[in-house]
Amino acid sequence: MNRILKKEFLSENVFRMIVESPRIAQSRKAGNFVIVRLDEGGERIPLTVADADVEKGTITLIVQKVGCTSAKMSKLSEGDFIQDIVGPLGQPTHIENFGTVLCAGGGVGIAPLYPIVQALKRAGNKVITILAARSADLVILEKEMREFSDEVIVMTDDGSYGKKGLVTQGMEEVLQREKVDQSVVVGPAVMMKFAALTTQKYNVPTMASLNTIMVDGTGMCGACRCSVGDKTQFVCVDGPEFDAHQINFDEMIQRLNAYKEVEQAAYQQYLQNENN
Amino acid sequence: MENTSKINTERNKPWRDDLRKAMKSADRTKIERVVMPEQDPVVRAGNHIEVNRGLSPEQAVNEAKRCLDCVDPTCITGCPVNIDIPKFIKHIEAGNFLDAAVTLKATNTLPAVCGRVCPQEVQCEEQCFYKLKLKKPAVAIGNLERFAADFERESGNISVPTVAASKKTKVAVVGSGPAGLAVAGDLAKWGYEVTVFEALHQIGGVLKYGIPEFRLPNPIVDVEIENLRKMGVRFELNYIVGKTSSFDDLRAEGFKAFFIGSGAGLPNFMNIPGENLIGVFSSNEYLTRVNLMGATRAGCDTPVLSGKKVAVIGGGNTAMDSVRTAKRLGAERAMIIYRRSMDEMPARIEEIHHAQEEGIEFMCLHNPTEYIGDEQGRVVRMVLQKMELGEPDASGRRRPIVIKGSEFEVDVDSVVVSIGVSPNPLIAQVLPSLEISKWGTIIVNEETMQTSIPDLFAGGDIVRGGATVILAMGDGRKAAAGIRDFLSKQ
Repeated sequence: MNRILKKEFLSENVFRMIVESPRIAQSRKAGNFVIVRLDEGGERIPLTVADADVEKGTITLIVQKVGCTSAKMSKLSEGDFIQDIVGPLGQPTHIENFGTVLCAGGGVGIAPLYPIVQALKRAGNKVITILAARSADLVILEKEMREFSDEVIVMTDDGSYGKKGLVTQGMEEVLQREKVDQSVVVGPAVMMKFAALTTQKYNVPTMASLNTIMVDGTGMCGACRCSVGDKTQFVCVDGPEFDAHQINFDEMIQRLNAYKEVEQAAYQQYLQNENN
Repeated sequence: MENTSKINTERNKPWRDDLRKAMKSADRTKIERVVMPEQDPVVRAGNHIEVNRGLSPEQAVNEAKRCLDCVDPTCITGCPVNIDIPKFIKHIEAGNFLDAAVTLKATNTLPAVCGRVCPQEVQCEEQCFYKLKLKKPAVAIGNLERFAADFERESGNISVPTVAASKKTKVAVVGSGPAGLAVAGDLAKWGYEVTVFEALHQIGGVLKYGIPEFRLPNPIVDVEIENLRKMGVRFELNYIVGKTSSFDDLRAEGFKAFFIGSGAGLPNFMNIPGENLIGVFSSNEYLTRVNLMGATRAGCDTPVLSGKKVAVIGGGNTAMDSVRTAKRLGAERAMIIYRRSMDEMPARIEEIHHAQEEGIEFMCLHNPTEYIGDEQGRVVRMVLQKMELGEPDASGRRRPIVIKGSEFEVDVDSVVVSIGVSPNPLIAQVLPSLEISKWGTIIVNEETMQTSIPDLFAGGDIVRGGATVILAMGDGRKAAAGIRDFLSKQ
């Protein structure tokens, strides 16, 4: 269990791992995530199940190197084992035939968006997918997304690939052009905040998939809590998807920074040790 | 009944008779109750080592002599798992410490744990003859239990309870906390093939993530778990029944009965302004980071915020564990904020006493109404209001009433909310036909612990909504008997 069968870098800092995990491969649904702990002293981090192969008994994890744990994970090789993987966690995405769905993924958020796009397409929706990233090399899963989307629009901040501009500009273009029945946005919190503001202008119901700090991932600790409307919700058990127009993104952005200093110091230390 | 006659038979054995005659009761009652040796408060507030050091063999034997080996051992009625208390104590008096441990393990899967964390003062010790009739301090049953279990462990001669021939019947236990471990122990003894499924990466549930090392060192829990393994119990980590596999999947794999001991995993918050600020945690999160994830241990990646001014909201054992942890993480000010008075505080007296010795401030009759943050969203102050006590409420405790206009602010950089937990909703979500109460707890037959789904039994906090280790274990033992009866009729 938990053996890494395949590992490849999708961009300089984003890698894809195919990991043996037959039970989770069998039971996971779009929107579910797992909690991973790499080794004995490791922390528990949530990662979306980007894809799964029931026959082969594997799940796909797509991870961006942002700190100690993800950097350590990027060093693992094919044949290595991940100590602990638990899941599938969270509520699966609510999938139905909405009509036309606008899906917007930013950066590594494209990974969790992928299984949702798959499921939406299979449910008979017209799926328009926007892939947004800072530059060309950060655009991931384009080929896979094209397979399950009626249209794919690529946006880059620097214009190095696709259209130049932010994700919201791509969204505006579609929203002005045609009637959209539902939107799904996944990406960095700031991106989701503005994407949600964009769809709100057009009264398009929108869900956002949140990736907050978690410890156990089963509702036990509440580290992941966020304000949705006038309620506090636990992303791990109530989410990870919520009505994007109700989410307090500013609070979420602050909470994501709770351990920023400690984490950055630990990461610097880690990089230093790596270089020595 | 069966139990009573068994206890009488044991009592009438010659060795017990001889011991009773060896010392006059009047002399026994003259012995002062033993005082548990403790680490110095100043020293221990800076480490995570266990506070209570345990009794020496001499202290234990002397304390065991106090026990009068009553004809009617009322102490046993106070024990949720029906330990034959006089028998194990008399083994200690006779110097047969290993036999004492065997006696404990006949009905208690986790004696070293219970000897440490059970509230004996309101259970067995409250029903002790000394307490009831002599108005003297009870026999230190808990300390003696711990002594026997520790002696056995340290002796290297750990006894494994006899296991009956395999019945080739598979039972699944969901959750590896005290309830689940108790079920597993009994069913394994009777020859069932038990698999315990645990969601986390360690076995032990609240014993691991919740109770701190200074009260219950993890290696002690591990030894008791190892004992269950030796009895043939299998453990599956990182496995959430209902998510990783469904109940039907497990039925198809041949599991004939289930015990749900998934605990009361959902922390309660007060829903007051500022509760989602950085630095405000549930006690579950705070303790899990430190205990399970080892935030303070070298080589562990999980961070924890080590506040200098820490307020813990609540007055239970978990609140005491949290505030004493905060002190150990370097808090200059570690405060308990409790809305009633010291007299109503639900924590064990020993924990309150230890906390006081360690310099914890107790702000009783205070309640937070708001947390205030800085521009980064970090908590910097809390608003407290003063309370007074009114008439008793449904719980029998005097109701706290707000004193209007009494609000004031206190500087804090961490707040740990420890006001109780709610049942984890996961099981109910995946089993829509399961009957649950309006509080989300699973409804069971109190005799058999059977739920509305016949092959499903439940116990511990998922049924009680937040209780103690030993009550959970008591449920586990009842459920084990319930499962045995259920399966024998199949």
